[in-house]
Amino acid sequence: MRRAGSDLEAAFADGPAFVPYLAAGDPDYESSLAYVEALERGGADVIELGLPFSEPIAEGPTIQSAVVRALEAGMTPDRFFAFVEELDVDVPLVCMTYYNLLYQYGSEQGPRPFVERAAEVGLSGFVVPDLPAEEAEPLREACDEFGLDLVFIVAPTTEGERLHRNMEHVSGYVYVQARTGVTGAKDDVSEQTERSLERLADYDVPKAVGFGIKTGEHAERIVAGGADGVIVGSALVDIVAEGVENDTPTEAVAARLAEKSRELKAGAERGYAQRVPQAEGN
Amino acid sequence: MTQRYADGKFGDYGGQYVPEVLMPAIEELTDAYERYVLENEDGFMDEFRARLRDFGGRPTPTQYAENLSERYDREVYLKREDLLHGGAHKLNNALGQVLLAKYMGKERIVAETGAGQHGTATAMAAAHLGMPCEIYMGERDINRQRPNVFRMRLNGSEITPVTTGRGTLKEAISETMRDWATNVEDTHYVIGSIVGPHPFPSMVRDFHSVISTETRRQLREQTGGLPDAVLACAGGGSNTMGMFTDFVDDDGVELYAVEAGGSSLEVDEEAGVAPNSASLSTGHEGVLHGARTKILQDADGQVMESHSVSSGLDYAGVGPELAHLVDEGRVHAVNVDDDAALEAFHRLSQLEGVIPALETAHAFGYLEENHDELGETIVLNVSGRGDKDLEAAIEETEARDIDIAPSMAEFSGGI
Repeated sequence: MRRAGSDLEAAFADGPAFVPYLAAGDPDYESSLAYVEALERGGADVIELGLPFSEPIAEGPTIQSAVVRALEAGMTPDRFFAFVEELDVDVPLVCMTYYNLLYQYGSEQGPRPFVERAAEVGLSGFVVPDLPAEEAEPLREACDEFGLDLVFIVAPTTEGERLHRNMEHVSGYVYVQARTGVTGAKDDVSEQTERSLERLADYDVPKAVGFGIKTGEHAERIVAGGADGVIVGSALVDIVAEGVENDTPTEAVAARLAEKSRELKAGAERGYAQRVPQAEGN
Repeated sequence: MTQRYADGKFGDYGGQYVPEVLMPAIEELTDAYERYVLENEDGFMDEFRARLRDFGGRPTPTQYAENLSERYDREVYLKREDLLHGGAHKLNNALGQVLLAKYMGKERIVAETGAGQHGTATAMAAAHLGMPCEIYMGERDINRQRPNVFRMRLNGSEITPVTTGRGTLKEAISETMRDWATNVEDTHYVIGSIVGPHPFPSMVRDFHSVISTETRRQLREQTGGLPDAVLACAGGGSNTMGMFTDFVDDDGVELYAVEAGGSSLEVDEEAGVAPNSASLSTGHEGVLHGARTKILQDADGQVMESHSVSSGLDYAGVGPELAHLVDEGRVHAVNVDDDAALEAFHRLSQLEGVIPALETAHAFGYLEENHDELGETIVLNVSGRGDKDLEAAIEETEARDIDIAPSMAEFSGGI
């Protein structure tokens, strides 16, 4: 069953989607605004914005460090919403965070107040890495009420009946986790990706692959292999981290992020071009 | 085995809040728990009990404490889990889970540890059953618990220091979950308390419930009846639930979970620090490390750094079943501060010749302050022995003015 959602699926309609991730507020509020806006200049179709949580159990060292920097610079859920309102971007924004922050927000416990506020500031949906389908009903209901999408992660270990159950909850796009483990840029593309895309082939929802994608060439291979989009986090966060380490001016870091985004987006488009003749031949 | 809360929900608490990549492993584990632990398939529980007896040294005694009884003018009994192999209750669960991993065909064990007791127990169980084992431990705890680090290495386990956050148990659990998410196909995560996603809270409770089964039987034999009060220290809550489980249905028995009050029950929201580990007493409902439970968190839901003189209690969460039993009014959540716990550490050592773990000392601190309200017959769980804590105890004792503590000044340099 396809759920009511926002505009996320449309972002995949005209070719492959490039979906970058940055932690909001990393390394500070003002720089982070410039960095996220640079992603759009580089060709982002959807942006995943991390709302930092103190226990990011699905993240590798790169994003863990980004989360620590953002928290130390004072990022909170309320500041996150202000950040989203202040951002000058036109592409859909997805909030990526852990369930406890959604659960605690507002005067009543449960995810509804957070989702309501997210809708007010114009967010399009959520990725919640520690919320499997089994526990997702309250968030699913709130998302349906306010017209937001709930993106689920499908892991290489998600198979059979479990895969089918998860896919019933997905809206917007499905986040295909390229390999087991935690987030982090890798030097090669996992073979697990191919098998995951094969398992998902019959489901009519955009498939965006994430975890470990680092270069335009990776993006090309993944889209050529059947993905509808690529999600890239750690390779971009690395640029922010280098900027912090070398005390690089904000504009220069933003320019590098835009440049890296163009490389990844171009790679995805090359991959898509390899698929089109094949599609026409069918 | 108890089948309470077989679905993994304890009222509003419990559940399975973990990354999708782990869910199939958790389903596999749930299936194994139901078959082997609850149904005794392939004689799993028979083998577990035999190994607990022959390798672990069960049953442990329930000892009448003459001097404490005289001091408080009531009958005080000690359940001596410090006499279990390894010196703490932790072996019950570690042996159960490593054996279960073997039955499941897993090839590698990972675990986390705070004070080092769970890591030590897991390292011993893994060596005993021939499984390779890697243990994550916060850097700060490694410095506080060097003897246990050496014991784990002696038993052949790898120790991986965790440097994120404050380098304590909370960070070690997060890091072990990351390892499990990466190596989920062939690895089992031996979680060290009644925390985490279902089935861990129920399964760990079941492995530890032998404590209360024995205590109940031994007390009946010695006194002809049941105690008025049962006390156990509570960090994550594994010795607590192990000690309480068979008494939960006995309405006449009051159950006291004694938490670490640290240096204060006040929190510093701005700094994100709770100077205590009293999540049952002062925490709020939230989601941490795979379960909904009571946690120490700020108003936004960020998990706070906790504190206790005892690294084994130094954790911002607590088992969901214990949180539920406190909400139901069945368990009293109480707490004792660092000073009182340390004083009790010295008192028990002198009065009974039992040097308790600093965790356990919290329960004895509560007994000292509140014995008048606890009835005529009281049983306390001596969850572990204090050998591992001697370095910390010397340091913490020197920083305080404890009348009953021995002075080490004349021996400076000799220790």
